[in-house]
Parts: sequence; structure tokens; C-alpha cells
Amino acid sequence: MGRKLLLTHINEPGIHTLEVYRQKGGYRAVEKVLKQMTPDEVVEEVKKSGLRGRGGAGFPTGMKWSFLAKPEGVPRYLVCNGDESEPGTFKDRYLMTHIPHALIEGMIVSSYALGAHTSYIYVRGEMMPQIRILERAIQEAKAAGFLGQNIMSSGYNLEIYVQPGGGAYICGEETALLESLEGKRGNPRIKPPFPAIAGLYGCPTVVNNVESIAATVPIINDGGEEYAKIGIERSTGTKLISASGNIKNPGVYEIELGLPVEEFIYSDEYCGGMANGKRLKAVVAGGSSVPILPANLITTTAAGTARLMSYESLSDGGFQTGTMLGSGGFVAFDEDQCIVRNTWNFARFYHHESCGQCSPCREGTGWMEKVLHKIESGHGAQSDIDLLVDVAKKIEGNTICPLGDAAAWPVASAIRHFRDEFEWHIQHPGLAKTQNYGLAQYADPLQPIL
Amino acid sequence: MAEENKFTVSIDGISVSVDPGTTILNAARQIGGDIVPPAMCYYSKLEGSGGKCRTCLVKVSKGSEKDPRPMPKLVASCRTTVMDGMEVQNITSPEVVEARKAVVEMLLINHPLDCPVCDQAGECKLQDLGYEHGSAKTRYEFERRTFERIDIGDKIQLHMNRCILCYRCVFTADQITDKRVHGVIGRGDHAEISTYIQGVVDNDFSGNVIDVCPVGALTDKTFRFKSRVWFTKPVQAHCACEKCSGKVTLWYKGEEVIRVTARKDEFGEVESFICNTCRFERKATSDWTIEQPTAINPASVIGANHYEQFQPPAVISEDEKLQTANRAQLLRTEKLK
Amino acid sequence: MLSVKNNQEVQFSTALVASCEEIISRYPEGKQKSAMLPILHAVQAEIGWLPAAAMDHVAALLKVEPIEVYEVASFYTMYLLRPQGKFLLEVCRTGPCCLVGAEKIMDHLENRLGIKEGEITADGLFSWRGVECLAACGFGPVLQIGPAYTFYENLTTDSVDKLLESLTEQEKNIHHGA
Repeated sequence: MGRKLLLTHINEPGIHTLEVYRQKGGYRAVEKVLKQMTPDEVVEEVKKSGLRGRGGAGFPTGMKWSFLAKPEGVPRYLVCNGDESEPGTFKDRYLMTHIPHALIEGMIVSSYALGAHTSYIYVRGEMMPQIRILERAIQEAKAAGFLGQNIMSSGYNLEIYVQPGGGAYICGEETALLESLEGKRGNPRIKPPFPAIAGLYGCPTVVNNVESIAATVPIINDGGEEYAKIGIERSTGTKLISASGNIKNPGVYEIELGLPVEEFIYSDEYCGGMANGKRLKAVVAGGSSVPILPANLITTTAAGTARLMSYESLSDGGFQTGTMLGSGGFVAFDEDQCIVRNTWNFARFYHHESCGQCSPCREGTGWMEKVLHKIESGHGAQSDIDLLVDVAKKIEGNTICPLGDAAAWPVASAIRHFRDEFEWHIQHPGLAKTQNYGLAQYADPLQPIL
Repeated sequence: MAEENKFTVSIDGISVSVDPGTTILNAARQIGGDIVPPAMCYYSKLEGSGGKCRTCLVKVSKGSEKDPRPMPKLVASCRTTVMDGMEVQNITSPEVVEARKAVVEMLLINHPLDCPVCDQAGECKLQDLGYEHGSAKTRYEFERRTFERIDIGDKIQLHMNRCILCYRCVFTADQITDKRVHGVIGRGDHAEISTYIQGVVDNDFSGNVIDVCPVGALTDKTFRFKSRVWFTKPVQAHCACEKCSGKVTLWYKGEEVIRVTARKDEFGEVESFICNTCRFERKATSDWTIEQPTAINPASVIGANHYEQFQPPAVISEDEKLQTANRAQLLRTEKLK
Repeated sequence: MLSVKNNQEVQFSTALVASCEEIISRYPEGKQKSAMLPILHAVQAEIGWLPAAAMDHVAALLKVEPIEVYEVASFYTMYLLRPQGKFLLEVCRTGPCCLVGAEKIMDHLENRLGIKEGEITADGLFSWRGVECLAACGFGPVLQIGPAYTFYENLTTDSVDKLLESLTEQEKNIHHGA
């Protein structure tokens, strides 16, 4: 059994209430930072922990905090990114639904560290039930004296508000999120300046993912060094993995980083193997934007070593044979799934979610979707495959924000690893409508290990 | 540092010394010539403009004297400020030339090929870009995007199908006029310039959206279909106007003033914004004091149907890779000789 | 573009006005535009969609130009710029949900309700549409119904039928009760 830091008490009845959460040791981190630590010491502890941003980019949280500008007389803001919209990712919803106080406690700890007195939790609008849950948790915390003026007689003041989004994947990008929080269209800003210098209302701002903020609680309770002992290499601590697709036990799992991918898929403690006796064909390991890998490459690297659930191991081999941990949205495809159809589906998603601000993304995402739809519906030409690769390449790296890359990678990687399936679709348009390409030679027939 | 409080930056091997805070694009404009990146959305007189069209992407091969590391991606030159000792590659980087071609292709896939009936033809930035960086054939085989036509009043014609969403007209309405009634509605490739509910774009300075539009999406209704611009004779003129500088360009067809616009500089930007009275109401020669014929950029079709020859920096003639990257331009120059 | 016909007068309830004021108080002085998204949700919850007149009202509350509200409302997919059925069933149609049968659920809704995506049933009760990832991939297929955004997970054609029946039933009871 791996160690759990965030979901330890997830099955405790009433853990969503302040009372039970406190009984289980909740708000100790708030007491500790307010009574015993300076803000800089809190930042130092988070740096020591090696915590990396859990939203997808994996940037070290402590370092991000230390970039925050601190000009005199200008307010600073902490904004929590709860816009969770990356297909395959549903861990933040789970955390906010079941242990809302873990996020609120993390918000207080982090706001104190950054010297913020007003903090916002931006939650995607579709999660209205979670917004209500968080608002209730904030009220409870305020009534108990963990929020408001002069918290626990420390002289520190903090208010937290929950802000709903309006339905836009792009608002998960931190500058688009800030625009949205300012009541505008979610168009990403052109960087620099970065939010650490000019963020919300032009003031220095840190934007952190829900899980990153919640992780500061065990870091403060146990110390950064203890946290850094968990995990492997520069992938320290635990990570919430959202597991979905054709597995036996879909759900959210807290893993110690470094867990072998094969164990994660086949162990009964986690996904429990593939559902309905099917075999694994492919995996999207970190949310829809990271490269899809065929079964053999997800369990072992090209060099033949076991692949681990960690930032480094998943990206071993670069984009040629590797992928990324991303947000931890782990989607497993069985042998019956059609890669062409799924790639078209993802392309449609990015087309739908492009903000339309910059031309390569606005025009290119729609173009890719149309070509993929053409192939999927049986009208593809052989040259369409190379055209897709080329259009993806022309979007990648040329856009304002990472949505362009996120749209290009799934298409490029699907063709890289499953080109034969695309060709089969084009050569057998009639057949492709009634059956799937199935498990091809790139997928090793895997036996469950347990 | 070359001078006190100045940054030295080199663009395609040509050095220039500029004030800190200057963007790469504006540093390039100080040098001038073919090394100036094209700009479809940036407009120096409109705060917040730029960064969107991606035609001005350049490569920063050396970040600065202090931190010489190159920047990992191509950057929008209109929104990236120079550092002392920075080295930038524009047309001397095959990667940049390739990316620019890509952007032009993206801008064109849904743009209607209606130049023959478009009033902007001849002074259209997209037409220029397509000529310089576009391919002769499109690889896009789907129906082009169209929008429902909307009427925004009797002065300005909105032709959304041609719009490239540069946002210049939105910034203009925000910053130059006293009330913005149009904006960008919708999202992604279906975002459109619109008033949303039926309304007219009409106030003292609203006509300036015509001048800032890089394509034929916003044109002058009072000039509509009156003449191709290359059959007109532009003349500098002024009047004592209470609302604006009164400095304009009159566009003559024979003895008749068929259009009034603001004066534009060599980068196609207006020198000063003009009011709607000057633009739409003063169409008689007697309203104006004539100064002189407008100097026309020979690169423009208005300048008697000939294109300026491409004058690449010497480094291109010495490097095979760069010659390949700029092949189309060089061939065209050969033909024009 | 909307015609003026659609632009009828709307009245905000006292509760809605109070709620708007509370929302505006969450932001620093002068930053009331930040209240845009939550207020649009609140208005939509009361009216069912966002007529232009309601958005004009919001513009006045926030001291911005009406176009600024239209720009925002039309950017985000949750804001409904046209009337919908009383229950708008939004089915996730993105990759992970499709791996476990979301497309079947949408086909079923279309047949069962006899309306295409975006249409309204004759009794005015139902509309449906596919929406992008709802961040519940492990519990797919899923659908949500506003304005509370109640979630229905692990859908089957049977559970969809039951849901439609119970919503119809619930509606009947309201009318009988009244």
C-alpha cells in the first residue's frame, strides 16, 4: 500500500465537515504556520518538499512562489486554479467534493506564505455543486476563526471567495483564468509579464492548482524534507491520478510517484486491469493533450526498463517514444477502441475550446478536426496523414498559449504510433465503418502481473 | 552598451541602438527595409494591440549580453522587448520564414478569394503577405467559413468573412471613440466582430476602424465600389477642424474626391486619427487646403503596378540554407529584373 | 445577431438584485466587472437563459458597456443565448466518456425525445446537447442539468429513461400542486 497524504481520510463519514476534518487533525497546518512560522519559512518548506505543480506543467511550486514580486503597498493575490477541464482529469472535483477543507486549509497556508489577504478559488462553472460545497466549507472555517480578521490572534487577515467559470477549457491556462476572473473573455494574455509580476488586477499573483495547494498541508505538517523522501528523483510526494477508460476500477487514486505503470494498471489496489477481459491497446497518461502511447511503450521505455508513474520516467524517450505525466489524467484504451475516432474526438475538443485569439490555433485546430473527420467518415486520402502531421507542426510552438501545443500533440502522436491504423482506415473506408482495427502489432499481449 | 541608457540589438546582423522598453518590431522598424517583420494585428498607436496574428514571429538566438541563452520558441516581435546585446533573426532564420509561411497559410484558409470585388484590394496587408509568403495553391479542401451579414450603419461596411480577428477595431473603439458598441462575439473560429443586437457604429471617431483594418473587413461605405484604389490619385490636404488634426489624404478620381482617409506612414499606420466629419462629410476640394501629392510606397500597387525588388542582407547570398528558405522571394526578384 | 424583437424588458427579482450586490462585494473597489460570470449565472438561473435585455441590465449593474457583457456571455458555453427546454440535458461527448458509451447515450436521447441536439420538445420540457469534458471521466457516461448542475453518472439507456420519466413526473406534480 502506498502512503496517502491527501486522501488518508477520504472514506471517513462526515469528512467534508469542519468537525470531522478537525478530529482527523485538520487545520493543524494553519495553527502551525500562524503561530510558529514566518511566511518565508513556509515558502522555504515548500521549496524543500520539491512539490511540482499538479495542474499539468509540473513547475516547482516553491520556486513559483519565490518569483512573486513584493512591491510596497500593492496587494498580492493567490488564485487557486480549479478549472479542471483537461479530458481524462477529474481529481480536483473529487478532492473538492469529498474533502473541501483540505483545499481551504491549503489556501490559508499558501495565502499566508505569499502575503495575500484576499484569495480566490476559480472553479469551473459546471461544478456548481462543488462551488456550493466550498462556500459552505469557507463559512464553517470562518465561523471557527480560521478566516477573517486577525486569524487565531496572529494579526493575519484573509478572505477567500469562490469564483465560478462559465464553460471554457482555456480558462485552465493561468492568464486566461485571470482574465476570466476579471470578468472578461478567457483570452490568454501575452507573456511577459508573468502573473508573478502583473497578474490579477495588474498585481503580483500566484496561480496554483487545487491539488498543489492541498499538498502544502502535509508538507507543513510533516516538513518539506519528509515530503521529499516520498517519490522518486525530482518527482517527490504523492499524486492524484484520475483513471478512466476501459479499466475495471475507474476512479481517483493517490499514488506515491515512482509506482510502476504496469502495477498501476493491473494491481487490484488501483485500476484492477482491463475490463471485460480485453487487452490494453493504448494509454493517454496525463490528460488528453499529452502524447498517446501504445501498450508496449507505456509499460516499458524504449530502452526496455519498466516505466514509472513519475515526471521523468513518463517523459523518458522524449516525444518519440515517451509522453508526460501532465495532470495525471490516465485514460486506458482497450483493443476495441478506434484510435482514429478518438483522435478526431480530441481534435474536435481543441477546436471547440480554442479561444480564437491567435491565428495558428484558431484556424489550425478546425482544419485538423475537419481532416480527421473526413478520414473517420471514410473519405480520407493517403496524403491527409502527412497533411495532418504538417498542420500540427505549424500550430505547435507558434501560438500565444499552450493550447496550440495541446491540440497538436495528440494528433501528431497518434499518427506517430498508429500510422498503420490511419492507413487502414483510408484504404478500407467501408470496413472501417463497421469494425475496428483492433490490437495491432505495436501492442504487446500483456499478462496481468498479479 | 553603445550609448548611455541605450540597448544595442542586432536584427539579421544589423545593429541598432534603442531605448530600453522598445520592442523587437519597433527596433526593426528603426532599421527599416526587408528585415522589418510584417504585422497584421500590432498597431503602435493602439495600446494592448499585437501578439495575436503571429506573422511577426522572430527567433531570438541570443537573449542578451548578460544571459546569452537563446529563447526556446519563436517570439512575437511586436510584444517582446529588447535586451542589451540581444541577437534576433528574422529573414535570416529558415525557421522563421517557415513559421511565417505557416501563419499566412492559416490566415488564408478561410479568407474569401474575393479580392476582385474587395475595396481593400491594392492596399490590403493580407494580399501583400499572401504575395510574399503564400503558396499558389491551397491545401484546404473544405468550405470556407462564412458569417451572416450584418449592417452596422450607413458609413461603415462590415464584411466579417474577410476578418482576421486582429482586434484593432475593438481597441480603436475603446481608445479613440467615446463609446464602444461593437466587439468580438463568440469564440474560436466562429468569433466575429459584431454589435450583437442590431446597432450602428456611428460616433465622431468611429470611421477610424476603417483605416486600422488590415484587410477588407471594414471599408468605407461612401467609397464602396467607386473605384479600384490604383486608379485614384492620393493628395495630402488639411483643414481647420475643431474635432481632429484635420490632416488627411484625399483620394481623387478625376476632379472628384471619392474618399478621405487619415494619412498613413510607411508601415501603414495612420499618423493621426481623423474625425467622421472630415472622413465622410468633406468631399469637396473647396473644403480643403491641398498640400502635395502623397508619396506612395513603390511596393504598393498604387505605385504604378510594380513591386519593389527584394533586397536581402548580404548574409543570405552567402548561405545556401537561407537561400532555400527565401527561394520564392528571390525567384520573384529575378523575374522582375 | 439578435433582432430587437428578442429584446424584451426583463425584471430582476429582489432576491436576485440582493444576490448581485453580495457578489459585487467580493472584489476590490472599482473591480466590480469581476462579478460578471457569477452574476450571469445567477441571472440565467432565474430567467432560464440570457435575453439581451437581461444582459443590458447586468451591464448597468457592473457599470460597463452592454457590448462587454455580450462579448463575455457569448464566449462561455454555459451561458444560453437562446431559450431552451425547461431541462437542458448536457451530455459529455469527449474522448474518455466516448470510450464507455457516451455516443450511445446521445443517440438514445435523440430517439427518445424525438429532437435533435439544440431543439426543444413540443411540451417545452426538454432540450439536450453534447458538451465537452465535464471532469468526471471515471464515472462516464455523464450528463448534467442546470441551473443547479445536478450530475448523473454511469449512465445507461435505462437510467436515462428513468431520469426522463422522473423529470416529467416531477413537472406534472408541480402543475397539479399549483
